[in-house]
Amino acid sequence: MPSISKRLFLILALTTGLVWLSAVVWIFLSTRAEVERVLDARLMEAGRMVSSLIVSQEIQVDPTQTITADLPLRPHTEYDRQLSCQIWSLQGTLIGRSDGAPDEELSEHADGFSETVIDGERWRVYAVTNADLGVRVLVGDNLRIRDGLVNDVIRGLLLPAMLILPILALMIWLSVRRGLEPLRKIAGNLEARHASDLRPIEDVETAKEIVPVLQSLNGLFARVDGLRERERNFTAFAAHELRTPLAGLKTQAQVALASGDHAIRDQALRQIVVGVDRTGRLVRQLLDMSAVEALDQAERSGFVRVGAILGALADDLADTSRGVTVEVSPELDDIELAIEPELFRLAARNLMENAVNHSPPGGIVRCRAATRSEEGRIIIEDDGPGIPDEELPRVTERFFRGRNKAPVGSGLGLAIVELALGRSGWRLRLQNRVSGGLSATIGEMTPAGNAAR
Amino acid sequence: MRVLIVEDDAVLRDGLRVGLAIGGFNADAVESCEEAEAVLKNHEFDAMVLDLMLPDGSGLDVLKSLRERRDTTPVLLLTARDRVADRIQGLDAGADDYLGKPFDLDEVAARLRALVRRASGRPSSLLEWRGLRLDPATQQVELGGEPVRVSRREYAILHALMIHPGQILSRGQIEEKLYGWQEEVESNAVEVHIHHLRSKLGPGMIQTVRGIGYRLGEEP
Repeated sequence: MPSISKRLFLILALTTGLVWLSAVVWIFLSTRAEVERVLDARLMEAGRMVSSLIVSQEIQVDPTQTITADLPLRPHTEYDRQLSCQIWSLQGTLIGRSDGAPDEELSEHADGFSETVIDGERWRVYAVTNADLGVRVLVGDNLRIRDGLVNDVIRGLLLPAMLILPILALMIWLSVRRGLEPLRKIAGNLEARHASDLRPIEDVETAKEIVPVLQSLNGLFARVDGLRERERNFTAFAAHELRTPLAGLKTQAQVALASGDHAIRDQALRQIVVGVDRTGRLVRQLLDMSAVEALDQAERSGFVRVGAILGALADDLADTSRGVTVEVSPELDDIELAIEPELFRLAARNLMENAVNHSPPGGIVRCRAATRSEEGRIIIEDDGPGIPDEELPRVTERFFRGRNKAPVGSGLGLAIVELALGRSGWRLRLQNRVSGGLSATIGEMTPAGNAAR
Repeated sequence: MRVLIVEDDAVLRDGLRVGLAIGGFNADAVESCEEAEAVLKNHEFDAMVLDLMLPDGSGLDVLKSLRERRDTTPVLLLTARDRVADRIQGLDAGADDYLGKPFDLDEVAARLRALVRRASGRPSSLLEWRGLRLDPATQQVELGGEPVRVSRREYAILHALMIHPGQILSRGQIEEKLYGWQEEVESNAVEVHIHHLRSKLGPGMIQTVRGIGYRLGEEP
């Protein structure tokens, strides 16, 4: 995995190096051009000067003679023998030259600049021909020396650069580390954490840019924590709620074992059957509940044909032994609700089961569409005892069992209904009917309705 | 021994009622705080089995109001929650013992006997009076080392008399020990049972205190 600090360092070091390099190239080129321009001008000037000195007789030359004397042109700079001067007669004899100038003719051309190679050295030569005196003045610059000049300038630049670049690299490295400090702190904080530690990261000094990351990280922590909390609660609930029916089963079994009386034993065995039914239902509802809780946001969509589902449930749940029937109104066949089908089935099943269980023998459970004057969409009604008003706000709590409880009630049914509907944006409303019994309404979740709950 | 069971789970409640009756208890059962309060105000019990989570509140509330009335009836808490903190909370609220679900029926009976024994201040559960021995654990009665067969009701009367020797129990008090509150009290029944006991144990063992009630006889 590439490290951000390494990457940043490489990018910064490379770009800085490139900027330096291009600066050096640019300075090299411009210095050379400038040096050439200045030295060419000097060369030209020197050529003309010698020529004019000959004209004004200040330098005595006899075109018929060979070398009389070295010209008094003695440059004694570091760049020794930079300039060489030759005076040739037009007949082709060398009549004068400066100290250190080669004997060979520097150039054969008559006027202006040219470059030649003499003894392996490159010269830049300026020529002036004085036809009146019959002489030709050649002034030459050794290009090696010119290049040396440019190279000295570049060397003067590169040497400190060689010293500064490592320091610059070190500073870049330190800056990158310092800049990434907030990231390292968070990483350190996360690393030091125990795997089960889901507290939000709060006490870390951080940068503005990392705050959103931190926020979403803390959000994730909160979600995972919530999920785990729910799981823990659920497991604890399940374990506790199973202990009572288990205690009942065990006690009844011990009664059956201990009693010699047939009637008592039979009664105990019947109670065991009831207890097993109840426990079985409790287990099923616990599983339903965990299934609803596990449903992801993304899965909560779909459409259900209300009539078909309610019809199938009605056939399933009608209690023939007590003569309780379930009626599903035909108008429900035309109703479709935007709800995940499995969630709707769960909610409807628990509502219908509740209604059947609380109905008196021979009672009728009615499933119908809400009329225009009523809130909500679908209503399930029974003729049972209803729910005492003071218990109404609490009946959807998990494991809440009111006074009018059915023998098989687990206290989970309505909690499942509310959870399942809530997950799909629907809500449950429970009301005692004026004529007796309970009316359960499935309706849209409205902001007002939500606040009322 | 008369015991009140407060438990909302129907199967468990019924099992406890029948099971404790087999164990020699006279057990009554209710399913809510409200009912428990009502029964406790009108009847006396030797012990109470109390569930914590009840439909209309917590068993702890029943326990607290019981103790506020200075009622020292021994209470055995039954609960699905048996973390240490829950147990401490229950015991601090005035419970005498604590049992987590699921439990053993025999253990409930044994703990109830121990609670009743401790409440009466005796070191052993064995009750003795002039050669007469009664063992609540086995519901056996012996006279001079010889076992005596007694009926359930006779045993209950003998237990009530022997647990507070010397104390006079009225007919009404004996009926309380004998019958659950749902049961129809037969008139005359106490006299009939006492008569049977006298014929089994000898005439001097149970004395009639005229106009007041019965007690164990001082002399043969």
